[in-house]
Amino acid sequence: MKRRDFLKSSGALLAGGLLPISLVEVAFGKSKHENFTFAYISDSHIQQIKGNQFVRNFDTGLMRAVAECNMMDPKPDFVIYGGDLAQIGNKPELDHGLELMSACRHKVHYVMGEHDYYLDLGKYWESQLGPQWYSFDHKGVHFVVLNSILVDEKWVNKWSSGEERMGVMAGLDNPLGSPFMVGAKQREWLRKDLAKVSKDTPLVILSHSPLQKIYKGWNFWTDDAEKIQALLKPFRKVNVFYGHVHQIQYNQIGNISFHSVMATAWPWPYPSTYSQAASQLPKLTVEMNRADPFFERDATGWQFIDVWSGNATMHFQLPENKPRTVAYDKKNKRPEDKDYQAKKNRIPPQTHY
Amino acid sequence: MLKQSIKQLVITTCVALLPLTLQADEFTKQDLKLWQDEFMTVVGEGRKVFTDPKLGTNGVVCAQCHPNGANTHPETYPKFQKQLGRVAQMWEMVNWCIRNPLEGKDLAVDDPRMTAILSYIAFERRGVKMEPGKH
Ligand SMILES: [Fe+2]
Ligand SMILES: [Fe+2]
Repeated sequence: MKRRDFLKSSGALLAGGLLPISLVEVAFGKSKHENFTFAYISDSHIQQIKGNQFVRNFDTGLMRAVAECNMMDPKPDFVIYGGDLAQIGNKPELDHGLELMSACRHKVHYVMGEHDYYLDLGKYWESQLGPQWYSFDHKGVHFVVLNSILVDEKWVNKWSSGEERMGVMAGLDNPLGSPFMVGAKQREWLRKDLAKVSKDTPLVILSHSPLQKIYKGWNFWTDDAEKIQALLKPFRKVNVFYGHVHQIQYNQIGNISFHSVMATAWPWPYPSTYSQAASQLPKLTVEMNRADPFFERDATGWQFIDVWSGNATMHFQLPENKPRTVAYDKKNKRPEDKDYQAKKNRIPPQTHY
Repeated sequence: MLKQSIKQLVITTCVALLPLTLQADEFTKQDLKLWQDEFMTVVGEGRKVFTDPKLGTNGVVCAQCHPNGANTHPETYPKFQKQLGRVAQMWEMVNWCIRNPLEGKDLAVDDPRMTAILSYIAFERRGVKMEPGKH
């Protein structure tokens, strides 16, 4: 599948660089279900300077994502927004982010990010967008949206103000932060929600943080990941898509395929490049190309995701970089990069240090 | 007269001692601690500058893209920067970031904030071998 199949226009906008959204195609092959696509936009970090001034770079990332999303053909059935719409999550930022999103002609399902949450514990976000976790069914696939960026109550209540709390949580590398989790209450909700779903139904789980443990220091981490994985284990086809990490990651744990989506705002270094700490980036992941800092949209990107008979194929479309395809390999039972998976095929920009 | 002799003696003694003092530039554990503390103070200031929304004009901070100073590669400078078409030093790249993502104004090379930023970045990268020119 080529990206041009999804885009009505191949005009100047496309020639000028590809855009950071993800289009997901859910394909059932010869099964009874209808194929469909959905798009994925994440981590725009809309940041207020003052009054009605916002950081131009981050506005641009989201505006272009929405614009390209509107040009997709076939039209996506809906859009997932993967969290961190705002930077500190105040009303002006969320309002401005939602205003930019309102240009999107498709229904959007939102996931909560920590930047949206820790100022007022998600109150304003919820007042505009509804519940923080929910599920829905679409053409034979069960979708579950989780709020995976919760932390323990003690941490939440130890700050003198929401601003102080958000200030700490907004610093990815701030050692005063706290590890993310889904938490007992939501896990119980998830258990009940999944009890109603047949084990053959493909699952798509949407969270902000990875539902696997990669690097605790930057919260590329969900503290109760194993407990959630255990709830997903009985299902035949499970796909977890997450934002937060602003980079390409993929992994396979048992029956669960994990894929990150890219940010529209800026890329993050791989945790392995922080020389003072060890990280557990999945060995499977072939890293994205190192970013050119002089090109502000570099190392952001977008991807199609086919869920072929319940297994995901990601088609990454990367500005000024060759597109990448990470497909589920039936023989090896895991996602693999079509071109770069073998060590000998990797190119110099994929070396991070 | 006597006063002058004493003065003379003092000067002679000082002159005589001067090279000796330089050669005997011994330092103590206390000195080492003091110097390390001074360095770490500047590293701490560097962390503050690295997370200071006032460094630029739009509130964006260095750590937003470079958690723990990662992806800055201080051990590779000076190196050829293809975007500039010449060999550049680390501080030029710091200023590039201040001008662009932070929409701010260049710091002077010897601005204490520049020294602090470079100290913080280097400290977060401690132990990594020097590889000037590496890409
Ligand atoms: Fe984010
Ligand atoms: Fe996040």
